[in-house]
Amino acid sequence: MKAFKKLWRLIILSATLTVALCACGGDKAGDASKHITIGIPQDLSDSLDPHEALAAGTREILFNIYEGLVKPDSNGDLKPAVADEYSVSEDGLTYTFHLRKGVKFHNGKDVTADDVLYSIKRNADPDSTLANASAFSNVKEYKADGENIVITLNKKDGDFLQTMTIAIVPEGVDNLSTQPCGTGPYKFVSRSPQENIILKRFADYWGEKAYIEDVTLKICANADSITMDLLGGSVDFFARITASQALQLKDSNFNIEEGTMNLVQAMYLNNAVEPFNNEKVRQALCYAVDPKEIIDFAFDGKGTELGSSMFPAFGKYFVKEINDVYTPDIEKAKELLKEAGYENGFSFAIKVPSNYQPHIDTAQVIVEQLKKIGVNAEIKLVEWDSWLSDVYVGRDFEATVVGVDASTMTAKAMLERFTSDSSKNFVNFKSDAYDAAFNNAINATDDATATEYYKECEWILAREAANVYIQDLAEMVAINNKYTGYEFYPIYVLDIAKIKPAK
Amino acid sequence: MDKSKNQKVKFIIGLTLVGIIFIMMIAGIFCTPYDPLAMDMSAKFAGVSFKHIMGCDNFGRDIFSRVLVGVRETMFVSATVVFIGTFVGIIIGTVTGYFGGWVDEILMRINDAVLAFPSVLLALLVIGVLGGGTHSLIIALGIAFVPSFARIVRGEVLRIRNLDYIQCVRLYGASHLRIIVVHILPNLRTVLLSSVLIGFNNAVLAEAGMNYLGMGTQPPNPSLGLMLSEAQSVIFTNPWNAIFPGFVIVMMILGFSLLSDAMENKS
Repeated sequence: MKAFKKLWRLIILSATLTVALCACGGDKAGDASKHITIGIPQDLSDSLDPHEALAAGTREILFNIYEGLVKPDSNGDLKPAVADEYSVSEDGLTYTFHLRKGVKFHNGKDVTADDVLYSIKRNADPDSTLANASAFSNVKEYKADGENIVITLNKKDGDFLQTMTIAIVPEGVDNLSTQPCGTGPYKFVSRSPQENIILKRFADYWGEKAYIEDVTLKICANADSITMDLLGGSVDFFARITASQALQLKDSNFNIEEGTMNLVQAMYLNNAVEPFNNEKVRQALCYAVDPKEIIDFAFDGKGTELGSSMFPAFGKYFVKEINDVYTPDIEKAKELLKEAGYENGFSFAIKVPSNYQPHIDTAQVIVEQLKKIGVNAEIKLVEWDSWLSDVYVGRDFEATVVGVDASTMTAKAMLERFTSDSSKNFVNFKSDAYDAAFNNAINATDDATATEYYKECEWILAREAANVYIQDLAEMVAINNKYTGYEFYPIYVLDIAKIKPAK
Repeated sequence: MDKSKNQKVKFIIGLTLVGIIFIMMIAGIFCTPYDPLAMDMSAKFAGVSFKHIMGCDNFGRDIFSRVLVGVRETMFVSATVVFIGTFVGIIIGTVTGYFGGWVDEILMRINDAVLAFPSVLLALLVIGVLGGGTHSLIIALGIAFVPSFARIVRGEVLRIRNLDYIQCVRLYGASHLRIIVVHILPNLRTVLLSSVLIGFNNAVLAEAGMNYLGMGTQPPNPSLGLMLSEAQSVIFTNPWNAIFPGFVIVMMILGFSLLSDAMENKS
């Protein structure tokens, strides 16, 4: 019988191993009013300095720690924050902000006019290499006048107030990239790389204080195990779950709330490498990829098809008709490939960040769709950090599926990325017509003209097929029924302060 | 029950399981009921039926076809990994065992260092440098598998080279190369056979583990580990997505370990 004993032992051992491979547990969450664990898909590894942070995932968290003179509410409207009121001169060139009294930094110091000037200077300095520097190029002069901050512009800019959502940081604190210190409802406690970030309610917050005292932002880099984490109780809240994940959470103690993600999901193409430097090839891909099928397959039909770098939350700038520039047409796609000299198709790699299941799913469907026109795409999963450094900063890629958002709710923030010499132009899109239209838009003196030119920019992106545009993802948020109050924003932020314990 | 009967039972069960796996592998190479990559909207999360005997996944892809191709993939990677491990292991093992001296000292210390590293961690490191994909996975696991083989071979060679018949051939004036190839290597056969089978098992597990972590086969291509990983998020509502690939991994491991057990005791 010894042999059978051994055999059983083996069976049990291998079965246990399989189960162990399948499940990774976590610890249980505690009292709802005191603490919440929020799952986030990536570590905040670029920089915690609000003026340096590039990744949308980092900015959405910093939103809770920092505030600008004004800050957006959940409708996208700008509300006074560090400033309690502001006025604009008749000619639209002078902005006067009055500092709110009693606003404190997390280190206990009061916010002074000097701090505000310092924060502006960091970005507006002519030598500044910060990402927001270009937004401040229009600033002629900024000075303090008692408790007022007076900013003068070179020329009128209807979107300027958006620029003043820029975070106010304390002067003379130089380790902001690792130890953030702002005025927001939550203060930073600690960060364990690849593990978690801990926030605490800021007791001296000037406005309505946050409901929940302690927040743990848990990094859940493995997209596949998110439902396990939620159901297992180690995470109470996860933004941006997929349709199939939502399905898993049905009949559980999680509520699913729906909104839109407000980003442009696309297969972004490196316009500088073969064969994507050929407009016809890019157009062929646009004809071959059917966003509707992707949405049906991977997202249960939830999502808004897009045709250019603009999403519906932008209101007047969004042009629905652009989506009809390319209707799925295999024959047309093949014809274009033939004209471009790729009659027999070609191969390329799609780099996809491995922590974003929606993008991986999208890429899988794209691979299948492109087979129909003889194009052989291969998915390469990369970690988020390498995606940032290789794809976004290093521009070393052929194609990638990601979602791109706008840092502020302005058409300029969304579209400036595609001007030839923009530092954010990771797709290397080059078009004189686009540059001209964009220039006209930002130099336009009245809003209607600017809007027209911005719309032209969107049409150019679509016609010249800068990228294969797919959709604005439906955002589904899983929130444990111990909590309530989550609000969707038209920009990519996660407002933790609004979440409260359910009664 | 006497011992030899036990061996026989083990051998037969092991052979049957391995036989099934081989049939699946061959099917995976030549014909699968469906294209393992073809998506079918109407079959999304389809259950077990005569049409799809293992059901379908979230893209409506036939799981049975994917398992077949996954088995092929796993067998290919594991076999290559074991081959690399054995081949390099034999070279290092014989050279160090036969010649001894400082070559032995240096190579075996490096060997120890590599062995001291957890093999999965080592593989992760290599993949980190080379980037993901099947080829990197093979190289990574291959490197991780060399030391254990080198050690086994070295031990055997040390034992054999001091045997009388080797001294005898040496007196006849045979060259080192001839002694190693003609007189020592054939005698490693029995020891190697069982360690190759055990090594193969470890390679299957390591491959599944690495794919589970998303380091090897890239989606949409199927592999057993990757399928387990993808099925994880639907494990409660659509358990067959995880059960079948998991079951096949268990079958593989069990089959090969029974076989190696039976053979070891026989020799």
